[in-house]
Amino acid sequence: MSEKTIAVKMRDVSKSFGPVMANDKVWLDIYRGEILALLGENGSGKTTLMNILSGIYCPDEGHIYINDEEVNIRSPKEAFEYGIGMIHQHYKLVEVLSAAENIILGVKQPGKLDIGEVCKKTRKLCEEYGFELDPTQKVYDMSVSQKQTVEILKALYRGADILILDEPTAVLTPQETEKLFAILRNMRDSGKAIVIITHKMNEVEELSDRVAILRQGRFVGDMPTHMTNAQEMTNMLVGHPVTLSIDRPDPVDPRPRIEIKGLTVRNEEGVLKLDDVSFTANSGEILGIAGISGSGQKELLEAIAGLQPTESGSITYIDDDGTREELIGKDPLTIANLGVTLSFVPEDRLGMGLVGNMDISSNMMLRSFRSGKSAFLNRKDPRRLAERVVEELEVVTPSIGTPVRKLSGGNIQKILVGREISSAPKVLLTAYAVRGLDTNSSYTIYDLINKQKQSGVAVVYVGEDLDVLLELSDRILVLCDGKVSGIVDGRKAEKNKIGLMMTKIGGEG
Amino acid sequence: MEKKNRVPRFHIEKRASLPWHISLLIRLLSILAAFVVCALLTMIITGVKPGDFLSTMVYGSFGTPRKMWITAQNVAVLLCISLAVTPSFLMKFWNEGADGQILMGCLASSACMIKLADKLPNGLLIPVMLILSVAAGAVWGIIPAFFKAQFNTNETLFTLMLNYIATQIVAYFIVRWEVPKGSGQIGIINQSSEIGWFPQIFGNKYVLSILAAVFMTVLIYSYIRFSKHGYELTVVGESTRTARYIGINVKRVIIRTMALSGALAGLVGFLLVSGINHTLTATITGGQGFTAVMVSWLAQFNPIAMIATSFLIIFLERGAIEISSAFTLNQSFSSILTGIILFFLIGSEFFVSYRIRRSANSEAGKEKK
Repeated sequence: MSEKTIAVKMRDVSKSFGPVMANDKVWLDIYRGEILALLGENGSGKTTLMNILSGIYCPDEGHIYINDEEVNIRSPKEAFEYGIGMIHQHYKLVEVLSAAENIILGVKQPGKLDIGEVCKKTRKLCEEYGFELDPTQKVYDMSVSQKQTVEILKALYRGADILILDEPTAVLTPQETEKLFAILRNMRDSGKAIVIITHKMNEVEELSDRVAILRQGRFVGDMPTHMTNAQEMTNMLVGHPVTLSIDRPDPVDPRPRIEIKGLTVRNEEGVLKLDDVSFTANSGEILGIAGISGSGQKELLEAIAGLQPTESGSITYIDDDGTREELIGKDPLTIANLGVTLSFVPEDRLGMGLVGNMDISSNMMLRSFRSGKSAFLNRKDPRRLAERVVEELEVVTPSIGTPVRKLSGGNIQKILVGREISSAPKVLLTAYAVRGLDTNSSYTIYDLINKQKQSGVAVVYVGEDLDVLLELSDRILVLCDGKVSGIVDGRKAEKNKIGLMMTKIGGEG
Repeated sequence: MEKKNRVPRFHIEKRASLPWHISLLIRLLSILAAFVVCALLTMIITGVKPGDFLSTMVYGSFGTPRKMWITAQNVAVLLCISLAVTPSFLMKFWNEGADGQILMGCLASSACMIKLADKLPNGLLIPVMLILSVAAGAVWGIIPAFFKAQFNTNETLFTLMLNYIATQIVAYFIVRWEVPKGSGQIGIINQSSEIGWFPQIFGNKYVLSILAAVFMTVLIYSYIRFSKHGYELTVVGESTRTARYIGINVKRVIIRTMALSGALAGLVGFLLVSGINHTLTATITGGQGFTAVMVSWLAQFNPIAMIATSFLIIFLERGAIEISSAFTLNQSFSSILTGIILFFLIGSEFFVSYRIRRSANSEAGKEKK
């Protein structure tokens, strides 16, 4: 590696947020012509470190050298001047503007703005690295992957030669991921320094040249990727050995539990989100739902939970004794009062599943606070439940009186899942249950879901990581633009086939 | 590149969380700083010594037993109004309509005193007044809540406009009931018979409002802390999506909570007419419905802390008025002083949430030069 020139040297960089040391004397080297994968569990300080490099945070201590010259990066604008561009997880684009307009936005240049010139330069960049993008296309017309392309071009246009990508593949299909990787390799070969933050081990192995690992704000080590493997990296991440496979016990006495026929849903703007969707979810089975984000997953789960007005179709709940209840047109309280124990882990944890400003115990109460005739709350039982969940699921929290928004993503999710399964549900709906969670927490969640399945719960698991869906689900339903593209056997399905089904009904041609 | 290598001396940083006594200390220090600035400003402009300034300020609230009682009563009334708006604020329903709700309560009470004085015995009239005032306030609270729940109208504008409507309705009835004719005011109602006057407690006319404030503090504190309704309205305030997800009927909670806020404001109206003023004017609230918004916010919607914040506001008001009259200053001077103190107090919230730190790298940066 000696022939590679160093782009960035970070030495003893520390940053604390109140009592939390997000970065504790971190060392990091970034070389040109190399793809560096920055690995770490949630809260290990990867994003903080990269935010320091891109000028969003100011470090408490430490030195940053770019091209062997010490620098102080005070703002994202200065970061750009040093050639550092960061592509955040949440894109920061103006929807009503075109790609080229977004790219030029905020760039100071003398004279009149010549958008034609911008388009020309953008096209040249596209050609150089292999992007496919029409610079005149409006952002609101774009797919997630196209928006990401615009973000990357935005950085390149400003002359970035040190690119940081925060979980770039989280929202992409396998095919789109492949394309992105090809482009990143092109950029590397042209001498740019690239850093990707990711959780996915297979991507690290496939793409990166070197990995650097952070744990609890400290730098654990770095090494060339070809000299290590997923198991070793995971052990380093977590700090102790872990097993890396998801169990898939056989379905337990599967019987139809939820029967959906011809479900059609329009959102508030009148856009068709679900179109004639029919399927059956069985008890004792995990039904995985795959699809590009925004293909109707949210509307499907919310319709079952009684939160989404529907246009037509039926959702029937079938109890063990064969009694059938129609769920459409009923709100969550009515459904619960029918004796249908339906648990729902929504995508938006703090905006829907939990109340961020309330403590753990008060959040446990959300489902059960009505019980009893008294006008006053029973706080004892929720507190006991909170203690139990914290202990059994190993939630890391200062106390059960801590507001949940102060906890990390994984712990928040454990609290939400813990509450939802505490009611011994018959149906468990989960949306992106492990999004943003680190390896360890993710496996805890998979275990919990599997336990529910084994106790006869009908689990509907909406996921985005196809590898996980393939390992966890008994059957996989693929949604494409609000329609059922097909239902496949989780044990036999192929990843590529599902990827194609996500973009085209039936996945043919 | 070299010249870009300047280092910021300081940077602003969000605090994780502060122990309550430190944040209290920051707030107290800011009040102290505000008093110093006020004293200096007064000295520069008028030549009054800082010592005199402070003692006059205190004299305004505590100078004589009568002053103390009035201070206590003012605090009690302001506290009651602040408590009334608190449930709606916790629900993030920005209720600016306490003035109007109080006025409707006042109107209901006065109407009873004028129209039913010779029809009902005092022992019956007072409960009727109480119930009707509470109902009138509740109705004035439910109207904007209904439109908010049904059509998602903007509650701030709606409640604000209802204040004007209430003022106009009251003005109309004042003209109809004016005594003597043509005077444009009602005067003291039932001055000789004292019908509809709430009896003095312990022979002291100030105790009633204090008792009312104690009662309401306990009521609101337990309502928002311990009752299921209180829990529901807090969830609705935090996120209506969460509320729907767990099956709370959001519309019902909005209307119910505003009915409560309005009812309590109506109760204050009854207190003002039957217990304190025994008359009806269009300005009987003195804009305290708006002051209460500030009191409630400053206390961060905590009923117990509201005792302190309402006291602070009243202390400032009375002290500032005393200063402008003692040193024969313009009345606006008291507004200036109150303004300065509130500016400091609200500004202190910045230091509670953030801190300013010296940048660690500044030494290294200097060496480079």
